[in-house]
Amino acid sequence: MSGLEELANRCGEWLRGQGPQSEIVISSRIRLARNLSSFPFIRRCSETDRVAVEKTFREAIAGVPQWKGLIYVNVASELSAIDRQFLVERQLISRELSEASGARSVFIDAAETFSLMINEEDHLRMQVMHSGLDLDAVWEQINQMDDWLDQRVSYAFHERLGYLTACPTNVGTGMRVSVMLHLPALVITQQIEKVFRSLPKMGLAVRGLYGEGSQAMGDFYQISNQVTLGRSEVDLVKQVAEVIPVIIDYEQQSRAFLVKESRKDLHDRVSRAYGILCTAQTISSEETLHLLSSVRMGVYLGLIKDLEIPTINKLFIHTQPAHLQKLRGMNLDTAERNVERAHYLQDHLRRRGNGDLGQN
Amino acid sequence: MLRNDLQPAINGRGRRVGRRLSMKCQQCEKPATFHITELTGPQPQELHLCETCAKTYLLQNEGGPAAVAPTLANVLAKQLKLGQAAEELAKLDQRSCPQCGITFYEFRNQGRLGCPHDYEYFERELTPLIMNIHGESKHVGKRPQRAAGPSGGTKLIRLRREMEDAIKKEDYELASKLRDQIRELEK
Repeated sequence: MSGLEELANRCGEWLRGQGPQSEIVISSRIRLARNLSSFPFIRRCSETDRVAVEKTFREAIAGVPQWKGLIYVNVASELSAIDRQFLVERQLISRELSEASGARSVFIDAAETFSLMINEEDHLRMQVMHSGLDLDAVWEQINQMDDWLDQRVSYAFHERLGYLTACPTNVGTGMRVSVMLHLPALVITQQIEKVFRSLPKMGLAVRGLYGEGSQAMGDFYQISNQVTLGRSEVDLVKQVAEVIPVIIDYEQQSRAFLVKESRKDLHDRVSRAYGILCTAQTISSEETLHLLSSVRMGVYLGLIKDLEIPTINKLFIHTQPAHLQKLRGMNLDTAERNVERAHYLQDHLRRRGNGDLGQN
Repeated sequence: MLRNDLQPAINGRGRRVGRRLSMKCQQCEKPATFHITELTGPQPQELHLCETCAKTYLLQNEGGPAAVAPTLANVLAKQLKLGQAAEELAKLDQRSCPQCGITFYEFRNQGRLGCPHDYEYFERELTPLIMNIHGESKHVGKRPQRAAGPSGGTKLIRLRREMEDAIKKEDYELASKLRDQIRELEK
């Protein structure tokens, strides 16, 4: 578990807050679904099969010279609920992998740019994630990773249908390209639905912060490709990449509009958000995300001057339930977490004179 | 996710959202432009809402458990009802893949296939489903550099299953025979 403790104090790749267009684009991510040809898909796997699949990939991954020193986490046996939630919050494993039962594991690189999930919905789900808008580099990296494994295992592949997946919605490339965006001004100006309504026609889907079925918390949205068959990987990357600058432009126009037309209201909104975060005595993670979202925009618009983006990014991740508990080093129930979260925010947002609360 | 193009579409939440003309919103007096069919409950439920009410309704309903499997299952159910008589459907439901043993009924209930061979074994049923989802039927992307042994792979799936069955039935003679075959194929 040594690897995880170390991760907790850092920010993780997806909230590093750097890279192209990072003011609005949080992260770029691609995942590939792969299955071994000689085992049933996960739902039909016996535990013996799951163990064999896990071992096959573990050995294949160990054989890739470039992958010395990956963090290996056996999700099935050694991981507490908090640790699993912690990895979900960092976007290193999916909720599906976290909540499944039976043999399953994940390999993570130290920089947290990629993870290899074994025995998720498919035998292997690999994902690469970079901060900011960086899809071409992400594709290049994951394509290379796929090649390395391809030399060592035999994938289920069909001449006409491509890579075979447990769910027919992923068949073909097995690829999902997603870009996470922070769009607070489009939400305030109520333009967001209009933007999203045009996306399905372009073969794109919108999801919340933590993927399928999750809410759009803190004005974070993920845009991804809808179909996986009949288009090449490069085309799918292009399909998503082409629409992102348009949405960025809308968001910037909305921000400019707000600054021009209602600067006072906007300034008031972000200042109040900042004020609550600095002084609250108990606060939920939803409210925290919501307020940090306003503050983040306020900093970029120059309305808040004594705060830096890396601090905000750190707070986004560190105030989530599992992170908070890992940083505090103890299990906390919801009410205790809300108090701890308020203390954590106070400690990091304003210099506390006496320092008697919180120990971070 | 909202979809309001004319062609009805299934989103990731077990819900069909389409757009038709000339109807009143069920919650106010405005024209209903969103026609939502909830597919997650025991019975499909129809809703006709204006843009504003639809937005509120769909946002309210975000955040529940993801429902990809029932969605797929429902697309499939519709497709099958159109093409098959009840007895034919019952017969189809009982067909099971010789390699992994999954029945068609299990697949359409769970929305997940049992093994790679299912794509061939249930090809007739899957082809229209795949067209429905992707609008295409042919992969044009990357291919593995290492060609997979075509049938050796899926045959292993069957042999391992049979071996586990034999062990359960304490037929160790059969189990060890199967184990030898598996080892031979795994080489």
